[in-house]
Amino acid sequence: MDFELTDEQKEIKKAAREFAEGEFTDIAMECDREEKFPRDVWKKACKLGFIGAYLPEEYGGGGLGLLDSLIIAEEFFRVDPGVGMIMATTFGSEFIFLLGKEEQKQKYLPPLITGETICAAAFTEPDAGSDVQGIQTTAVKDGDEWVLNGTKMFITNGTIADWMIVLAKSHPDAKKDAQRFTTFIVDCKSPGFSAEKIHGKMGIRASDTAEIVLSDVRVPKENIVGLPKMGFYNVMQFFDVTRIGVGAQAVGLAQGALEMAVKHAKERKVFGRPLIYNQGIQFKLAEMATRVEAARNLVYKAAALVDAMKPDAAMTSMAKWYAGETAVYVADESLQVHGGYGYIDEYPIERFYRSAKVLEIYEGSKEIEKMIIGRTIGGKY
Amino acid sequence: MVDIIVCVKRVPDTSEAEVIIKDDKRAIKDADLTFDINEWDNYAIEEAILKKEALGGKVTVIGVGGEEVNEVLRRCLAKGADEAIRLTDPAFDGSDGYAIAKILSAAIKDLQYDFVFTGAQAGDDSYGVTGQMLAEILGIPHATMVTKVDINNGTARIRRELEGGLEEVDEINKPAVFCIQTGLNEPRYVSIMGIRKVSKKEIPVKAAADIGISADEVGEVGSMVKLEEFSIPPAGELAEMIEGTPDEAAGKLAAILKEKGAF
Repeated sequence: MDFELTDEQKEIKKAAREFAEGEFTDIAMECDREEKFPRDVWKKACKLGFIGAYLPEEYGGGGLGLLDSLIIAEEFFRVDPGVGMIMATTFGSEFIFLLGKEEQKQKYLPPLITGETICAAAFTEPDAGSDVQGIQTTAVKDGDEWVLNGTKMFITNGTIADWMIVLAKSHPDAKKDAQRFTTFIVDCKSPGFSAEKIHGKMGIRASDTAEIVLSDVRVPKENIVGLPKMGFYNVMQFFDVTRIGVGAQAVGLAQGALEMAVKHAKERKVFGRPLIYNQGIQFKLAEMATRVEAARNLVYKAAALVDAMKPDAAMTSMAKWYAGETAVYVADESLQVHGGYGYIDEYPIERFYRSAKVLEIYEGSKEIEKMIIGRTIGGKY
Repeated sequence: MVDIIVCVKRVPDTSEAEVIIKDDKRAIKDADLTFDINEWDNYAIEEAILKKEALGGKVTVIGVGGEEVNEVLRRCLAKGADEAIRLTDPAFDGSDGYAIAKILSAAIKDLQYDFVFTGAQAGDDSYGVTGQMLAEILGIPHATMVTKVDINNGTARIRRELEGGLEEVDEINKPAVFCIQTGLNEPRYVSIMGIRKVSKKEIPVKAAADIGISADEVGEVGSMVKLEEFSIPPAGELAEMIEGTPDEAAGKLAAILKEKGAF
């Protein structure tokens, strides 16, 4: 057992860190204030191969393992969680990579990597989030097409995406509840498709979030991803992989917040000596550092299992829950170390503090993660 | 076509770190420091790759030191260098700039090249002599503090930065050594494609015997400068903190500057 990153992983980490430090720092505050997607930086990141790096080389990707590509997400979030969300411009592509037909892969994957398109994944609705089977969006077959109607909520990249994966109820009469759904690729230029940006998010404000309305949107039957009726299972399989990505975002955010706390504690003087000389502060930093390391090890293990073709839903949920909670904890403690300075936007810690919370909510709230873990270790009660 | 050799060094980043001197006073504690390519060398490798991209040819990067130097060499390969060579031997330990120049020249003399680029200085010891000595030992011309390089049919037209805002333009025929100053280009980021492309590439290693240099020419015995000790200067006894509102502080600062004859 070896806890060291490989030389190549260390190079990836350093390359991602340099890029993020060079490109994110100056624009982070503006993108946050103005809720602006950093299009130029996203394009640059594509050119350097950071976006969609997990995709195989035959589709233009870097052919990296999941762990390798999560190291990029971690480093991006370490520098700025909002701008770091450019990593999520391929969110939904995992569907096509895991379940898509070869023609779908050839058509949809390469432009994501070269920075020509952005995608999204739309499951959540105004009345159904974690309760995936509670969605109301319908898909009705009409000849060679399906007609979609419904509303999707909190969709990342909603107004900037070119296409999105949409989960809809296609077989309402199927015997098993879980077999009533199908996943479709929906072209965002389709008649009847509309997206409205959601303003006022607490954090990761550089990331686009929207409400989507599907009104008689016609989708050709070739755009079904995976098998009909298997949509719910597809979504669960998708989350088993992508949730680890949220864990990596959380580890990065926590690491960034920790480093800010250490820097501030060394520079700031109280009672005639640097803050860090006080044991109360040292203990805080020690607890933060320990939790970050524990979270990182969980995330890396969950990702390594996927890379070894042994994905483990409970392990994924442990990583996602614990890392998210660690991000919230460390951002809070780091802001505390900053004192009054942490409470104004002169220092980036307040942006990290605001952004951390979503990591306990999106892609499965921490309560859902605990349910998944609980079922695995205790069976279904 | 132009073949360029770039000499690179791995140095600790001490810009924001707390520097602690070891008990024997001849080294600093580096366990907690992060290391990277010397800043000047980063511009040198970028300039070499730009020239190769424009004119064709080959870029070879050379570093001296243990296996840890591979990370710097790999970084250069990932950016676009074609070959890397690592020179390593226990006898090289403790070499000064002169001994390093002897080691580099021994390796370079057998290679095909038009120009050699080095950084104008290294961020750790700031000797700023290796490039010049290397040129002398190779018996070829050199230019220091180079801020622009144009290569045309084997002749280089270069610009040098002088004191007082002066600049000098020279024409130098190949082969020659240029000691590159920072700021002459914008070093590129390392790409994932670059890392992947060179991930399997072997970096050949050469010891003293392989490059035909004897142990008494290098290391401490082959050096002309003997490092005695490091020290940290006493903290700012002459510094005066100006206090007050911005207006008051500006007034006090202006008064001091006037008194010292700045206006």
